Amino acid sequence: MLEVQNLTVAYSDTPVFTDVAVNFNAGKITGIIGPNGAGKSTLIKAMLGLIKTQTGTVTFNGHTLKQFQKQIAYVEQRKDLDLTFPINVFDVVLTGTYGRLGLFRQPSKADRKRCLEALKQVDLAEFADRQIGQLSGGQLQRVFVARAILQKADLIILDEPFVGIDLQSETAIMAILHGWRDAGKTIIVVHHDLNKVSRYFDDLVILNHGIVDYGPVADVYTPTNIERTFSADLSAVLFAQGGAQA
Amino acid sequence: MNSVTTFVTALGRYDFLQSALITAIMVGIMSGMIGSFIILRGMSMMGDAISHAVLPGVAVAYMLGINVMIGASIFGILAAGLIGLVASRSKIKTDTSIGVVFSAFYALGFILISLAESSTNLHHILFGNILAVSDTDMMTTTVVLGLVILFVVFFYKELLITSFDPTFAQTYGFRVQILHYALMLVLTLVTVSALQTVGIILVVAMLITPAATAFLWTDRLAVMLGLAATLGAISSVVGLYFSYTFNWASGPAIVLVAAGLFGISFVVSPKQALLPTLFKGKARLRRATA
Ligand SMILES: Nc1ncnc2c1ncn2[C@@H]1O[C@H](COP(=O)(O)OP(=O)(O)OP(=O)(O)O)[C@@H](O)[C@H]1O
Ligand SMILES: [Mg+2]
Repeated sequence: MLEVQNLTVAYSDTPVFTDVAVNFNAGKITGIIGPNGAGKSTLIKAMLGLIKTQTGTVTFNGHTLKQFQKQIAYVEQRKDLDLTFPINVFDVVLTGTYGRLGLFRQPSKADRKRCLEALKQVDLAEFADRQIGQLSGGQLQRVFVARAILQKADLIILDEPFVGIDLQSETAIMAILHGWRDAGKTIIVVHHDLNKVSRYFDDLVILNHGIVDYGPVADVYTPTNIERTFSADLSAVLFAQGGAQA
Repeated sequence: MNSVTTFVTALGRYDFLQSALITAIMVGIMSGMIGSFIILRGMSMMGDAISHAVLPGVAVAYMLGINVMIGASIFGILAAGLIGLVASRSKIKTDTSIGVVFSAFYALGFILISLAESSTNLHHILFGNILAVSDTDMMTTTVVLGLVILFVVFFYKELLITSFDPTFAQTYGFRVQILHYALMLVLTLVTVSALQTVGIILVVAMLITPAATAFLWTDRLAVMLGLAATLGAISSVVGLYFSYTFNWASGPAIVLVAAGLFGISFVVSPKQALLPTLFKGKARLRRATA
């Protein structure tokens, strides 16, 4: 379980959120939803120690971030990568082993084999030798999911992984997430397509400059919460007859 | 071709020319390798800045009679640190911060040099004087080349990932900043070695041009490093030959050869360039219709 206690983050004078407390359960896929600018990506970066926090503690199964850092796989929302970099798809995925290897050790034969398998899982095996810039947006996204597979992480965090990606790839990635869930891993997915909330997630966190509500999807994904966080109109559309069950 | 024979004969006869050639080759190799990382990290400006910012260090080393490498390293790292500090502690962008810091260091260097030494030496520092390379210079260059190779071999993974995807390295707890400053230190050492062959003003050319040329030919980082090193070495040899034969200044001769190789690659290389685009366009059309 990932536990967050009184977490406060401020980029400027006004904090994005104050004293956030929330838990993410192992063996569950937890969705995070909230309007643009609500602080979803900020919460994730703060949990991972990528940005400065004002207050707060984050522990994973009782361990501090420093102790569990190597068990995290994180796929960023928008990557400002240099797509002309001289590296191919295979080698990008292989960097997923770097954290575990540490200094002075090189990926082994077995690592390379797993790398190819990960590429197969995201249906990119034929692109292994392709330079990284010669991929579509959706293919690139799947490369980063393949890298996350190689990290063998216990905590997997994906920030808007389905943006610009076709339904087929989305389903393939969800299947991988289900596999991880069944293996007891902790999975966190920031997502903006509210239609799929009840289908995709076990637990849900609603964020809007602070926690609106969190818990099992059935308890949290309610017309009242959606109305409070987004708008009455949206809530009406989503929860119109049959809408919520979709 | 007669002039080539003359050059080779002279090489056999004159020790100073041998030392010059060996040193120039070593500098070509190390600047090709480090330069590859500099351009991939989008730090060409930083390479230029560090190469100028070592000037006060060179002057202080002369004054105190200590090894030039030590004086230069201190000021190189100091400049890199100040640039980072100004950029991170204010809203000023990195390239602006570079401009402010390096010009100040450069100016300070000029004043210190003029206090310390005669103007001929300043000329050598600015434009290089490969034919005056001493045995100690050659030894120092050898040590730096060894360091560069060890650095790149032992930290290849880390150099790759922090150049390509630093946030990812951060998520698994790698100290990206430490490697950055290590690279700056190595860059400073390479810069000081290159001072002898091409001078301060053209150091950036040795860092950037062979690496940029190599980049045009390959999609693999390891290949790019080897190619950049080779191109750096070739530029040095051919440049020195021109320098000896036509009595050109050695630094500019080496840099022009490197630029010539870049020019050729720009036209014929598969990645970038003018000719292949035509063929590629046709191939794509064929694939589309197939
Ligand atoms: N680097 C930054 N510097 C200053 N302010 C920032 C920075 N990053 C985000 N913010 C601000 O913090 C708030 C939260 O941003 P965040 O990126 O966490 O939102 P989000 O919920 O992920 O939104 P989206 O759905 O658009 O991805 C926003 O108001 C944003 O403008
Ligand atoms: Mg976001």
